[in-house]
This record gives sequence, structure tokens and C-alpha cells, in this order.
Amino acid sequence: MTTASPAQVVTNERDLRLDLFRGIALWLIFLDHIPENILNWFTIRNYGFSDATEIFIFISGYTAAFVYGRTMRERGFLLSSARILRRAWQIYVAHIFLFTIFMAEIAYVAATFDNPLYAEEMKILDFLKQPDITIFQALLLKFKPVNMDILPLYIVLLLLFPPILYLLLRRPNLALAGSAVLYALAWKLDFNLPAYPNGVWFFNPFAWQLLFVFGAWCALGGAQRLTIVTHSRVALGIAIAYLIFAFAITLTWHFESLDRFVPTLLKDWMYPVDKTNLDVLRFAHFLALAAVTVYFVPSTWSGLKSPILQPAIRCGQHSLEIFCLGVFLAFAGQFIIAESSGGPLLQTAVSALGIFIMIATAYLISWYKSIEGRSPLGRVKTPDADLAGGEA
Amino acid sequence: MTFVIAILAAIALVNGAAAATPAENCDVPESLIPAESDLTHVANEIKERHRLDISVVGSASSVLTGPDGQRFAYPAQLEQALKQRLPGTEIKVMVHIQSRQTTADMVGVLPAILSEDKPTLVIWQAGTVDALRGVEPEDFRTSLDQGIEAIKAANADAIMMDMQYSPRTETMLNVSTYADVMRWVAEQRDVVLFDRLAIMHYWSDAGVFDLYAATNGYAMARRVHECIGRALATQIINAGHLEADKMETTR
Repeated sequence: MTTASPAQVVTNERDLRLDLFRGIALWLIFLDHIPENILNWFTIRNYGFSDATEIFIFISGYTAAFVYGRTMRERGFLLSSARILRRAWQIYVAHIFLFTIFMAEIAYVAATFDNPLYAEEMKILDFLKQPDITIFQALLLKFKPVNMDILPLYIVLLLLFPPILYLLLRRPNLALAGSAVLYALAWKLDFNLPAYPNGVWFFNPFAWQLLFVFGAWCALGGAQRLTIVTHSRVALGIAIAYLIFAFAITLTWHFESLDRFVPTLLKDWMYPVDKTNLDVLRFAHFLALAAVTVYFVPSTWSGLKSPILQPAIRCGQHSLEIFCLGVFLAFAGQFIIAESSGGPLLQTAVSALGIFIMIATAYLISWYKSIEGRSPLGRVKTPDADLAGGEA
Repeated sequence: MTFVIAILAAIALVNGAAAATPAENCDVPESLIPAESDLTHVANEIKERHRLDISVVGSASSVLTGPDGQRFAYPAQLEQALKQRLPGTEIKVMVHIQSRQTTADMVGVLPAILSEDKPTLVIWQAGTVDALRGVEPEDFRTSLDQGIEAIKAANADAIMMDMQYSPRTETMLNVSTYADVMRWVAEQRDVVLFDRLAIMHYWSDAGVFDLYAATNGYAMARRVHECIGRALATQIINAGHLEADKMETTR
């Protein structure tokens, strides 16, 4: 983010850091989605308030603005909006596809698993008795099984994006301020989208949009305006101090004996750290992480070209496909672990295999795109924009 | 791919063998049944009147289906364990189980239970139905607060019990959010929490029970309830500081 903003200096140079960190975020989301997994200990949610979701949503906002911002400037509002909506549609289809796989898994468990100890918990499968209502509610994005909340959030964010992008291109700071006001209102007035059978969305779009819009704002020159902050040692110090504070607090979650060292007054103010409404503590934690990352990893960093990081970068470049694959692999992995009453060894093997499949698929998709690009029928676009355009 | 499947199968075999080792006892480490909040009413009642009346309020996971479900479920097991470990104290456990009732529903019936039973200790099992119905965590928290308030006002101690650890439904049923709320309320209100979720998770990790197993039989479910009853008895004894007389300390 310290580089000249791609929105202002028209360049095909892509900030590989975005792909790298989005790729890593996708791996972490995959690991976190396998509930019984020893490797969960390596994911960032255990070391601070925010987790991979924040990274994913921020970078998605950044790339969306990077790609569609250029389209909007060059080809106009209508065409860019049409492209954004087409993207939302693709994500919707992907979500429904994942839902189908999920239903298959649940139906299997319902048919094969029985244990009187869990008579009460098994009532969760009651919705299978009303497939008409359930499937309809899923199509309306109101019924969302556990761990299938991110894509619906992404869909809503994209649906709202055309007017936001329009404003961001003209009055970026006003757009960001508007986003912050909406966030504050969502907290104050406590509104969210309804879910089925009751309750609200796990990720409140009216709160989480702040991260998405902030990402977009950064892509459209905001990052450049922030260089004073991101280059300052004072800001770096504050960010590091906050990260250490968050780490210390999360330690007390894992080791209850440490809990008594946290002052009650602080706890009263701090807890619960709300994920649904993107708690300020989480948002601040993400900002601190981003500030430290930007400070120590400049976009010119030679390591970004090193072969070791290429797998993560490739995954980040095909985020929708790899995200969906990750959710599917997490289902499948969980299933294998459950079927064999697996221990840490199996969990590690399943996790490693899953990430390997994600990487292999990312390379396969790159290969498909490269042969399509060379074919005479291929629509002419710069290769980089194609990558990004498909992956905002 | 065959190679990969072969490796997976081999790992599964090794793991399966390890998990299948039967464990003789289901002792729970003290850290999982902390006694940080005192059960003062319980301690006084036992000291002064040598009796302990307990009301168990909960939903379907506080009972077992099938023949004699009540007899094998943890409330009855708790009564038995306490009688064994607190000789000379009259123990009475009264059970108020309604399946499908949310925490808010239970708050509605609590006053009647409290005035009828006049318990010294209320064991309040909550959260599972709320997770099933997707009750808003904030509302769940409010209900817990109200219930604890009512129990305290009736001069009784409270122990909250959270959800069962159920690995096979984990991808479908999100209980962790509700468990976090209960931990938080327990701490804020200075109430003992029986963390059934963590304890059963420990049993699963330690290979004491294979909670992934599919079975029609009641053997394991009864044994789990027996172990829950015993762990609960230990927690009550620790939090009530009832270990003073020459009481049997074997678990």
C-alpha cells in the first residue's frame, strides 16, 4: 500500500502482496473451518482479535475497486456496474453449489449417524423434513449453514458496490465517511439482515462493509494518502503495542489461570468481542496488522518473486474458486476425520493435503486462463487485468 | 491419488486403533471443574441442616431417551454420587426437564420451580436449544442474566451447565458462540459453570469416549451421564468446600 496507487498511475503492475496475503487468508479460512484440527493453532485468530475473514474482505474490497474502478473510469458507470453484478451472480451460483454439497453431507449424516447421547443435537437435522422451505430460504440467502456466511456477505457487498464506487471515484473521503457512519448506525440501532429460521446474519453486512469500502478507498489513492501514517515510526509503535496487547488478551482465553490478571473494568468494556458486527477491537487489530505488514513488506520486496511464495500468490489470484474449494475441502476433511475418529496425525495430513489440492487447483486454473488467453477466440484484455478482473 | 488415499487410510487405521483403547476411568482434571465461585448457600445448608435440595432445570440433553432414561441420566447419577460422598447429608435432586425449551422459556418457568422446590442449588443446563433455534446471542445473554438474578433472589446457589460436545454435528450446529456467552455470564455474575463442552471434549481427546461413534445402544450414553454426574458432584464439593469432614475423596 505504500506504492503509488494503481488507480492514479495507470499500470498493469499488480501489487503481489494482495495476492500473497489473500492466498494465505484462504488457507487459514480453510484450516479454521475444520473444527477438529490441531493446525488451527497456527491460524491468526488464536493470537489476536481479528482473523482471516478481515484480511479476505479488505483485500476483496481493494481488488474490486482496483479492477472495476478502472472500468468505471474508462467505460462508464453502466458497463462497470454490469460487470460487478455479473460477479455477484457468479458468487451466488458458487454459494448455491456449496450449499448442495453441504446438504448431501447432512443428509448422509442424518441417514447414518445415530447415538442416543445426541438425541437433542440431532434435531438440527429437522430441517431436512421441510426441504421445500429450507431450500427456498437458502436461495434467498436467509438459511446459511455454519461456515457458509462469507460468500453471502460478499454478494451483498458487491450488490451495493456500484454506487459506492461511483462516489469513491469522485469524493473518496466522503464515501469512506459515509461508510463509517453506516457502521456506527448499525451498532447504535442494531440492524442486520434477517436469517432463517430466526436470528440475523452471522456477518452483518452493514458493519462489515466498512472493511470492504476501506479496502476500496485504499486502492483508489487512499493508501497513498496514508503513507505519512504507514511510514511513521510512531504509528508503527502504536500498532505493535496494540498487537502485543491483543496477543496478551487472547492468551488469557487459552489459559484461564491468566484471566485474573485482566482488570475487571477492562473486561467489562471489552467483552464480548463481537464478530457479527465487526467489533471495533477487531477492526483496529486488522489495521494494526496491516500497518505492520505494509511497513516491513514493501511492494518492491524481492521475496514476492521467490518461488516459495508463488503457491500462496497463485491461490490469492483465483480467490473465488479457491475459496469455494477450501469450504468444500473443509467439509470433506471434517468428514474424513469424523469417520475415522481421527487424531492429530490425521488432522495434519488432511490439512496438508487440502492446501496441496488448493495450490494444484490454482495452478490448473492459471493454466486454463493462459490457454484461453492465447486462443483466437479469447477476448483481448491485458493478462493482469484478466487475472484481477476475474478475481475481484 | 491412490498413493494419497493409501496414506490416509494408513493414518486412519493407526489413529482408529489409538482411539479405540478403552479407558477405565473418566476423571476430569481439576482445571476443567474450577471452583472459583463459592457455593455459600450449599455450604451453610449442609453445615446447619445436613441436607441439600437441588433442582435441575434443562432441556433434552439432561435426560436420556429409552427405558429408564431418568434413572441413568446425570441428575440421578449426581444424586447417587453425592449420597456416596456426603454421608450423613440428605440429598434430594428434583428434575425439571422440558425438551425444546429455550433459555428464555426456562426463565419463564423458573419462579414456579423456585417457589415449589425451595432448592439450595439450581443446576441450570442451557444453550443447546438456543443454538438449535439460532437465538440471538445477546438475547440469550439477557435470559441467562434474568435467570441467575431470580435464582439468587430465591437465596439459592446456581451452577450453569453448557452444551454437550458433539463432534458429528459440529459443522451444522454452532455451539461455541453460546458457550462463550455462558462463560462470560458465569464470570460476570460470579456463578459456577459446569463446562460440559470442555469436559466432553477432553474425554474425546483423551480417548475416554469415542463420541464420533454411531450406535443404537444406550451403554455409552449412560456411562457419559454417569461421568457427568460424578464430575458435577466433585465440582459441587469443591466449590462448597465440603471436603472438611472425613468424606470419601475417591472419584
